[in-house]
Amino acid sequence: MDTVYAINGPVVKVKASKNFSMLEMVYVGNEKLVGEVISVDENFTTIQVYEETSGMKTGEPVTGTGAPMQAVLGPGIIANIYDGIQRPLKTMFSKSGAFINKGITANALDEERVYDVSVLVKEGDVLKGGEAYAECPETPLITHKCMLPPDIKEAVVTFAAPDGQYKTNDVIIKIRSKNSQQAEIPLTLTQKWAIRKPRPVKNRIAANKPLITGQRILDTILPVAKGGTAAIPGGFGTGKTMTQHQIAKWCDADIIVYIGCGERGNEMTQVLKEFSELIDPKSGKPLTDRTILIANTSNMPVAAREASVYTGITLAEYYRDMGYHIAIMADSTSRWAEALREISGRLEEMPAEEGFPAYLPSRLAEFYERAGYAETLCGKEGSVTVIGAVSPQGSDFSEPVTQNTKRFVRCFWALDKNLAYTRHYPAINWMTSYSEYDDDLAAFYNSVSDDFLKVRQKMISLLTEENSLMEIVRLIGSDVLPDEQKLIIEIAKVIRTGFLQQNAFHKDDTFVPLEKQLLMMRAITGFYEKCAEALGKGKLLSDIIETGWFDKLTKMKYDIPNDRLELFEEYEDIQLNV
Amino acid sequence: METLNIQYAGLHQVNGPLVALDGVKGAAYEEIAEIELENTAASRIGRVIQMEGEKVVLQVFEGTSGISLTNTKTRFTGKGLEIPLSTEMLGRVMNGAGKPIDGLGTIFAEKTADINGRALNPVARDYPIDYIHTGISSIDGLMTLIKGQKLPIFSGSGLSHNKLAAQIARQARLRRGEEESENSRYQSGDNFEKQDRKDFAVVFAAMGVQNDTAEFFRRSFEETGAIEHVVMFLNLSSDPIIERILTPRCALTLAEYLAFEKNMHILVIMTDMTSYCEALREFSSSKGEIPGRKGYPGYLYSDLASLYERAGVIEGSSGSVTQIPILTMPNDDITHPVPDLTAYITEGQMVFDRGLDSLGVYPGLSVLLSLSRLMKDGIGEGFTRPDHPDVTNQLFAAYARVGEARSLASVIGEDELSVTDRAYMNFGRHFERNFLHQGADENRSIDETLDLAWDLICLLPKTELDRMNSALIEENYNEKRAEKFK
Repeated sequence: MDTVYAINGPVVKVKASKNFSMLEMVYVGNEKLVGEVISVDENFTTIQVYEETSGMKTGEPVTGTGAPMQAVLGPGIIANIYDGIQRPLKTMFSKSGAFINKGITANALDEERVYDVSVLVKEGDVLKGGEAYAECPETPLITHKCMLPPDIKEAVVTFAAPDGQYKTNDVIIKIRSKNSQQAEIPLTLTQKWAIRKPRPVKNRIAANKPLITGQRILDTILPVAKGGTAAIPGGFGTGKTMTQHQIAKWCDADIIVYIGCGERGNEMTQVLKEFSELIDPKSGKPLTDRTILIANTSNMPVAAREASVYTGITLAEYYRDMGYHIAIMADSTSRWAEALREISGRLEEMPAEEGFPAYLPSRLAEFYERAGYAETLCGKEGSVTVIGAVSPQGSDFSEPVTQNTKRFVRCFWALDKNLAYTRHYPAINWMTSYSEYDDDLAAFYNSVSDDFLKVRQKMISLLTEENSLMEIVRLIGSDVLPDEQKLIIEIAKVIRTGFLQQNAFHKDDTFVPLEKQLLMMRAITGFYEKCAEALGKGKLLSDIIETGWFDKLTKMKYDIPNDRLELFEEYEDIQLNV
Repeated sequence: METLNIQYAGLHQVNGPLVALDGVKGAAYEEIAEIELENTAASRIGRVIQMEGEKVVLQVFEGTSGISLTNTKTRFTGKGLEIPLSTEMLGRVMNGAGKPIDGLGTIFAEKTADINGRALNPVARDYPIDYIHTGISSIDGLMTLIKGQKLPIFSGSGLSHNKLAAQIARQARLRRGEEESENSRYQSGDNFEKQDRKDFAVVFAAMGVQNDTAEFFRRSFEETGAIEHVVMFLNLSSDPIIERILTPRCALTLAEYLAFEKNMHILVIMTDMTSYCEALREFSSSKGEIPGRKGYPGYLYSDLASLYERAGVIEGSSGSVTQIPILTMPNDDITHPVPDLTAYITEGQMVFDRGLDSLGVYPGLSVLLSLSRLMKDGIGEGFTRPDHPDVTNQLFAAYARVGEARSLASVIGEDELSVTDRAYMNFGRHFERNFLHQGADENRSIDETLDLAWDLICLLPKTELDRMNSALIEENYNEKRAEKFK
């Protein structure tokens, strides 16, 4: 029997054993704590344990499971809240009370819940890996498809149950692999998949549809594509979590996977509370019906924090394979990187920058590469969009996690401390942020309206011009500028406070449809052109300001409800009598 | 058990606060060991922090001075580090490891608990929304404290953080049910105070502070007669650093017990978190760990989180733990790892500004750097006053403009500023002098605070009020309100 030889925090070593394979899931100690093998050599097998090891003794047993860490995939995942290794927190709450006991086990899925299953195949059918054999309504929004595990290439159905009511572990079909005489394999509504292994797809497709979030600065200036990757770096208090909450609430993905990785417990409570109260406008159902929460808060074991992002993305890929569009919020990837660093330190590995292990970039790359827009094995289109928050120490974007993340994401939404101090939210700095998707999405925006990209570009160049003018203003004040340049400063102020700044607590402003965003941009740029023309004809800027139109444009986000867009007509017909 | 009686004579190695033993059988990770020294009566306490085969590394809480490789006898207790818990501890003074030092005898334990606690299941939390009235305008108005929140004070040496913390502890009142009138809720009459506070207590943890500081807090609690509702855990700057690592854990274990098992509302004041982190750094480097930023261990974030996350409100208990950790920013640098990581975990921060302090403003809290993340759900209609959120937003926005006007004025001179910018300069001065500044015994009601805010807002032209809707402005704006500042 293999036994514990050494203990150092979450790292446990077994001496001279040949029974373990790399990344195998193991049970450690008398309390059977879940662990994972992270290195094997002839002297020691090293295991990271996903729970606190206090009280464990050397000589306690270590048993292998023969399989890597797996996620359990099946109906019942949505609307659930899991810890980093997919244990349902609500079940654990009812089992052990408010504080989590060690060594507690709980099934990831409710095995007693009954689903209305339609079986899609009959005896004798040939199924390919990834093709669906049954489906059932999981929530009012999501129809769950049970698919042949993708590692089985092709199989013949030897038994198919009739449609009816089944529990998750009831056998729905039996299959036999083609060209082999192996025994029949029974399939239930569930399957397992190793969390560190990406689920395969048929083809990857170019990502050219935007993820519409209802947040003006994101949808128009810095869009992310469905299947794309974005990072939100920002110091404390700049609104990373708030931005992620807003995207999770309002974006047009089918399913949200929200990974609270090493962050505050109260934030997860807030998500649970707000999402159950908020009604999805498209379906009339609470947002929890399309949300999966993974909560491994900062006080929960650090090794499970490392696993939580993989658990989250595996669940996302599984639903993508059914043909859904998933958006993952990972808050925060820096805490995940710190978990890597902590475990690496316990292993006494040679550190690279700031104590982070040398494999930090490759781990980040592996994670973000699992995003994408794809044709799935069952012939549908689905996508996984990854939006990761980054918490740079001391708000210093040159630190390793931010820098390495930047290399692997195509949208960089940099949150700015100074904007946050002045309570300009979302505090996304429009000068230092970028999106590489604007070309890929051009066709989409042209289909919305042929002037969309033109007015967008006009807004961006006004902001850029303002930025360079402000350098002068900061030195000598704005009085010395000619009226043309003062106009740019005034109109840029309208863009900043009236358009970019968005109030998450206002009933209309919290989510703005793309059409209203376009009308707002048209109103602002149209007004700018009229002003420029009037100035050219000799009108004074101070007279234009007195008309009150600048104020009115700034407040149009509140004055025009989302369902009364006809009110924009007034803004199109602004007359500046010259 | 048999193993408990085995004594291991001598040590294998001594290094800083760590000692290593060889040939140990049956010790458990994080188990507590008693180390007896020859020729001394008192034994020392150590905890297992690393085990490899039969080799065990212990950290010794009282330090290793006087320990040699041969003069010790070590016995493993079979237990983790536990402290006795009891409601009798209210009014008592303990050392950093939870032993009474006030000469009033030992604690009769109602139960004992491991000081590391267990992780709170996020689904067991209730989202904190109840407003705590502190009577301090800058806090109540701009960075409202919420029951169950962790809201640290970031300060620097020589600033008045201790005075502020003591004032909060003295004046803090929970918002009661709607049936009580605004007046009775915030009265500070003697009878009312006792009745209001019977389920309220302060747990005070001092880590590496000077005796004077601990004495200041004790006196301040005594003067208000609150001392029987205060438990103090004192680890002074001359006490061992390993004990300093235990101090907040002991305090929080007691706080959780009083809050969640005895349904009390506990305010935990922890000072100074920077000393705690330095103790952790010292300990980490003696273990030979790979350092992260500024020599602090890579797990500083997780370690701080294991303290700060022990705050909140949970389902099935009417009690609460609210934390006010105090830390001094070395060289007033907010990007230093200790304040930086703290602010990533806590729900906001109250930041002292040396500039304001030297202008004589008390409490000199920097409005723009300070933040309460939970206030948005705990203020406004049904909580404080319906206009509170808008007033707060307008004050923040206006004060941010004051900063811009000031930096412009420093270049071109105040006389050259536009009329609007001069109005902002004026607003800024009166805001700091009248709103931020208040007496150390002054307890302002929320109405006083918000009315004062409106008076100040009326110093600005009406057109500048871009964070509120027109109806609210019409209702409250009156230039005459600002005349008292002239």
